[in-house]
Amino acid sequence: MSQVRVLVGTRKGAFILGSDGTRKQWNVSGPHFAGWEIYHLKGSRADPDRLYASQTSGWFGQVIQRSDDAGKTWHQPGTPPGEATKTPDGMPKGESNKFVYDTSPQTGKPLTTHQWYDGSQRPWEFKRVWHLEPSLTDPDTVYAGVEDAALFRSTDGGQSWTELAGLRGHGTGPLWQPGAGGMCLHTIIADPTHPDRMFVAISSAGAFRTDDGGRTWKPINRGLTSQYIPDPNAEVGHCVHRIAMHPSRPNVLFMQKHWDVLRSDDAGDSWREVSGDLPSDFGFVIDVHAHEPETIYVVPIKSDSEHFPPEGKLRVYRSRTGGGEWQALTTGLPQSDCYVNVLRDAMAVDSLDKCGVYFGTTGGQVYASADAGDTWAPIVRDLPPVLSVEVQTLS
Amino acid sequence: MIRVVLPQHLRTLAGVGREVTVAVKGEVTQRSVLDALEASYPMLRGTIRDHVTQARRPFVRFFACGQDLSLASPEMPLPREIASGEEPLLVIGAIAGG
Repeated sequence: MSQVRVLVGTRKGAFILGSDGTRKQWNVSGPHFAGWEIYHLKGSRADPDRLYASQTSGWFGQVIQRSDDAGKTWHQPGTPPGEATKTPDGMPKGESNKFVYDTSPQTGKPLTTHQWYDGSQRPWEFKRVWHLEPSLTDPDTVYAGVEDAALFRSTDGGQSWTELAGLRGHGTGPLWQPGAGGMCLHTIIADPTHPDRMFVAISSAGAFRTDDGGRTWKPINRGLTSQYIPDPNAEVGHCVHRIAMHPSRPNVLFMQKHWDVLRSDDAGDSWREVSGDLPSDFGFVIDVHAHEPETIYVVPIKSDSEHFPPEGKLRVYRSRTGGGEWQALTTGLPQSDCYVNVLRDAMAVDSLDKCGVYFGTTGGQVYASADAGDTWAPIVRDLPPVLSVEVQTLS
Repeated sequence: MIRVVLPQHLRTLAGVGREVTVAVKGEVTQRSVLDALEASYPMLRGTIRDHVTQARRPFVRFFACGQDLSLASPEMPLPREIASGEEPLLVIGAIAGG
């Protein structure tokens, strides 16, 4: 029978929830890495037992953790358990926590500054990994989206990391700026039909695409309008919160921006707004139904200063028309006095029939729907604030 | 041997108890002690000081023999009691809420 594993990153540790295909009874393991912020953890599609986790702390920096047994045990990839942690000459082997920006002239035009909140220029400074995206085909290849915004890749299971410097190096970096959460690269999407194509999104720079395996990148922000930058239609500077794609239609992208929900039908070359009749088009998450490429989900948030649902009602909105027309999904969700937020990496779907939809809140609840959003129930409700939710469907 | 007391999170990370000991060749300084610590426990690289610049992380402090050595030069010799192993070097996570 199918099983579902839900990977939850929180402000104070990681949790792994498991259920069979009925998705009625859930067991909870954790906290893993108690006390540390777990910005994101995600499993490999090529090897579902291979999990990667971003463990971070304002005190002690960034740690990459890996599990090869579905989260039962973890280790830092540079220092596998049972192996010597030093080379014979006494040098440390582990480099798995080392993220160093590429400043070599050979890789193009590595940037040294980006825009700060007040418009002044600041040097790039590594802070943390926001998102880990395992390769679709190779469990040892994984991408990391980091703050300050850049993309790194590991091809040795997370032991060492190399920046794909063409992203920072294409020339618009001085116009990138941090959002309220920092200048983070938070979305990484691989095109399953085009191995050299990948999409990323940065707050606040916008969306970017590579068609050559990450060597060069182009901004894909035409059609985005943002009133908080001097030129609302600028090539970069937009605060994209999340992008989602259905694997069967990789040219169709859906975006939740700082304000506005948008879609692209040409792999990001152009975008059009599909906010339609949403009660607010501000929000963070967006995702696509596993079996219906035109069915999408968002969680409207009141505004960029009031990071909670309109009217204190936690509502997921579903569009079955790829945007424009939206239906409020409320059954099982709190419809009064609810003032949580749902952060950008905190929604995911499973691929069972019916499609399961999951999201986590800053109030520590993880809600799940086993019927594509028609009804909801909390599958755990008193965790630390939830930063990320990922789902693995296991056969 | 030089004694080093680690904060809770780093003990968990390194899989050690409250205090570890490291051998230092030559002069006993902040830098030489941290070099030895990271050589023995590579998982701590980047957690106490930056991977590249070797600068102390902002929320980490160093105490020894009742003194705050956080702002002292990494090359400055540590007190005799640290070098002799009578007293430990304390690595402290700054109190900053959360």
